[in-house]
Amino acid sequence: MVSALNRKLLHDLVRIWAQTLAIAGVLGCGIMVLVMGTGVQRSLTETRAAYYERNRFAEVFVQATRAPRSLLPEIAALEGVALAEVRVVLSAVLDLDGMAEPATARILSLPASGNPVLNVPLLRSGRMPDPLHADEVVVAEAFAMANALHPGDRFRAVIEGQSRELVITGTVISPEFIYTIAPASMMPDDKHFALIWMGETAAAAAADLGGAFNDLSLTLGRGANEKSVIAALDRLLAPYGGTGAYGRDRQSSHAFLDNELAQLAAIAKYLPPVFLVISAFLVNMVLGRLIALDRPQIGLLKAVGYSTGAIAAHYLKLSIGIGLVGVAVGWGVGWWLGAGMTRMYADFFRFPFLIYVPGVGSFVISGLLGLATVLLGALRAVLASARLAPAVAMAPPAPPAFRRGWVDWLGDALHLRNLTMMILRSVSHWPGRAMVTLFGVAASVSVLVASFFILDVMAVLMTDIFEHTNRQQATLMLSRAQGEEAVLAAAALPGVRRAEGAFVLPVRVGHGTVSRLLALQARAADTQLTRILDTQGRPFDLPQRGLAIPESLADVLGVRPGDTVTVELLAPPRETWVVPVTALVRQSMGQDVHMAAPALFALMRSPPQVNAIHLMIAPEALPGLRAAVKTTPAIGGMVEWTDIRRQFDVTMNENLVRMVVIYTALGMLITVGVVYNAARIQLAERAHELASLRVLGFTRREVGYVLVGELMLLSVLAVPVGWALGYGFAALMVAAFSSEMVSMPLVISRATYAYATLVVLGTALAAALLVRRRLDHTDLVSALKQRE
Amino acid sequence: MAAAAGIGYHWRMKAAVQPRSAVLRTEAITKVYRSGTVEVQALRGIDLTLLETEMVVLLGASGSGKSTLLNIIGGLDQPTSGRVFFRDEELTRLSDKALTAFRRDHVGFVFQFYNLVPSLTALENVALVTEIAQRPMRPEDALDRVGLAHRMHHFPAELSGGEQQRVAIARAIAKQPDILLCDEPTGALDSATGRTVLEALVQVNADLGTATVLITHNAAIRTIAHRVISMADGAIVRDEVNATRQAPSEVTW
Repeated sequence: MVSALNRKLLHDLVRIWAQTLAIAGVLGCGIMVLVMGTGVQRSLTETRAAYYERNRFAEVFVQATRAPRSLLPEIAALEGVALAEVRVVLSAVLDLDGMAEPATARILSLPASGNPVLNVPLLRSGRMPDPLHADEVVVAEAFAMANALHPGDRFRAVIEGQSRELVITGTVISPEFIYTIAPASMMPDDKHFALIWMGETAAAAAADLGGAFNDLSLTLGRGANEKSVIAALDRLLAPYGGTGAYGRDRQSSHAFLDNELAQLAAIAKYLPPVFLVISAFLVNMVLGRLIALDRPQIGLLKAVGYSTGAIAAHYLKLSIGIGLVGVAVGWGVGWWLGAGMTRMYADFFRFPFLIYVPGVGSFVISGLLGLATVLLGALRAVLASARLAPAVAMAPPAPPAFRRGWVDWLGDALHLRNLTMMILRSVSHWPGRAMVTLFGVAASVSVLVASFFILDVMAVLMTDIFEHTNRQQATLMLSRAQGEEAVLAAAALPGVRRAEGAFVLPVRVGHGTVSRLLALQARAADTQLTRILDTQGRPFDLPQRGLAIPESLADVLGVRPGDTVTVELLAPPRETWVVPVTALVRQSMGQDVHMAAPALFALMRSPPQVNAIHLMIAPEALPGLRAAVKTTPAIGGMVEWTDIRRQFDVTMNENLVRMVVIYTALGMLITVGVVYNAARIQLAERAHELASLRVLGFTRREVGYVLVGELMLLSVLAVPVGWALGYGFAALMVAAFSSEMVSMPLVISRATYAYATLVVLGTALAAALLVRRRLDHTDLVSALKQRE
Repeated sequence: MAAAAGIGYHWRMKAAVQPRSAVLRTEAITKVYRSGTVEVQALRGIDLTLLETEMVVLLGASGSGKSTLLNIIGGLDQPTSGRVFFRDEELTRLSDKALTAFRRDHVGFVFQFYNLVPSLTALENVALVTEIAQRPMRPEDALDRVGLAHRMHHFPAELSGGEQQRVAIARAIAKQPDILLCDEPTGALDSATGRTVLEALVQVNADLGTATVLITHNAAIRTIAHRVISMADGAIVRDEVNATRQAPSEVTW
């Protein structure tokens, strides 16, 4: 048997269903983002951990030029090392049937046993190569799929200057390459970058590394100190061209995934509170209004003996009803979107399986948060109802007492019409309510600004990377360093309009106890194709002496121009120099340090060298150049910048549409929730007054103006507040998304502000007009009969 | 009659004797309210003519149909059958938009609960209407006529019931309407305050010659009118001209 009060509860919920839904929508969004964000983050973390565990992903990595295998027992015996494995890693240029442009590859050796101990590749099709057959390889599944390669297919590879035919026995994925990016590239390119595993004997023979290795991975024992293992490893490998050991935090696949997880965490952290706070205000507004309408009933209930507690509980239950709808919507949509997003991530990253564990925790926490939000919102209104004495409750509330104030001054100064004065007085008389509307609309604007500014950031990064810094169309990667005559040779290739040499070498830059493994770029004086930017983003000439370092690195090292840093060369002549920092540069992705070529080669006491050549080419020369790359052993690969740019744009556009749709929907949902509720409440409270205006001869349009005008005035006032809030959110996001490897500039374009404003004002107007239509249907006679 | 003049009212006696044109006329109007399966016949064939400058009291018990009649002749509601004319124009054929214009240009309303806009001062409540009227008087003058010139910058919540109702009267007459319709204007007031409101209405009718219909269930008020129409059960049961009128100050209830 449902009690009378509970039946009233259901009736009330049904009566305010549209408002309930509007609030539940906003609340649901908050819950959804929380459930989805934490769900995806948790799922990816768990999936990755399980994958790492099963396929024994290493914890410390190091490359060297050529180290004897006899070193392995010594390394394995280092304190803290659990398992260590060495291999040979080399690069190759591939020639695939039907593909004009060359593909590049990273070849990794498989131990003679055929089964690696660490970084175990997982077979997806076919079989592992037979160690006795030098031409058998397995390739990364992504590369095979992108090029429609299957076990049994053959292709040609130029390895260390020798062309060989290889046969695919199977496809694999690897915990080392969940996210794969080619050297010197910026985007995954499954079609043009391959990972190839081949037998150790064959690889070592090709690289002329018999009895030696150039790549080592190891896992740590329980309680081992990674730093000391790295230090010991570096000491052991220094004589063999070790380029500095690093942990998972510097392993590119792992670090990229970490960055992605951090972004998800930031969204799950900053976005939901906005929605929750707004929901609390909305519940407060709607419930306050309902209780005002229910005054006589509250009086009656109290008069016939219902306790204050029972009545308060009744309205709290009502708010819980709203909360439950919101939580249910948020859970459902969050679960669904979370699963979808996890699948999307799993496709983008290469996982063998997917553990979708949204986590009971996030459901429980978001559910509790959701209910706490509505209860908190309801509290004030409910307390007011509980305090009403029965006799007072049954009498109609006193008419609102207006006073003269700033509004009159404004009205006199601007000669405002009285309909406009009604709007201004309403705003000034109920400042709290006006603030809720204003804050809600501002929050919508801010959500949109803080979402769409990502596009502005991307645009700046793109311009920095493709227009300001890298203006070359292609970069030839040389197999090994050569003299400057290589640049002249490249310039003589058909169709090449300009060729500039570049030289990059691995270094460790340090200051005090902090150091980082980085690439040192030598810049020739007349370099035009690639440029460096100052901290304001303007191209500038490198000082003749000293080191130019990225701002983010300067912050990490705690140095400013004028300070000195140590530069340890991880390639011959393997010296350590003390060099002054003479300039700061802006670099959005990665951290490179720069030095004027003459200064560097003087320090190295070597003639000028190049290991990459940047090119400007005639478009028709591209096929010839591609063919030359495939057949010239000295060229280890080619990066086509125009192609990278195109891929970037395609990816961006795909994400752009998805992002625009999702975030526009979120922003609109808040606006609708806020404005629709505010309008309904206005309409309910002022029905009598507005009907009176109609009776006096005001047209529907004029009366609608009073209602819509107030909401639009508040919405317009909310816009600059939303811009400021949005800027704040954007700053938080930039801080949360930025890492040493990615430093995002805080840029918000006028278009972003304008778009956010248009969407929100348009939605607010639509929501207000929707309610205005109800005004049109108000029966004048019955509206007048009701006493306020 | 002489006595009436002697107490300071300027009676337009010619109005009672000379033929005047009709400002408003109804032909056999009926009104049926349906709610579910129940039908309520609120009006049963009302023929009524309101002459220029006359003041009519519409008397009847609660539920007699007088408010329904007032709403229909004021252009707030449409009859189920029958026709309503304002001068030569048939209101019953007008669109909602044209009815709004009719109310705006020709009708002044005074309600039992004043219906002032709480967020506007007395002066602004009056100005609200004069801003959209064709030949308004100055809002200050309208308030002066009902004796509220000194309270014009007060908000409704700062005024007594009688003062609020007089603001409502000022607002209704400020546009110089052809018809003034008052629905129980003293219903929410004590008798002393009620009399000041009635005085204001009689004064306006006398000074401006606005045809006035005053609805009341209070039979004592009948004596202030030129003509008294009594209603019962949705029909007019009596229509009589007052041979002598009383000044509102002489009315007691």
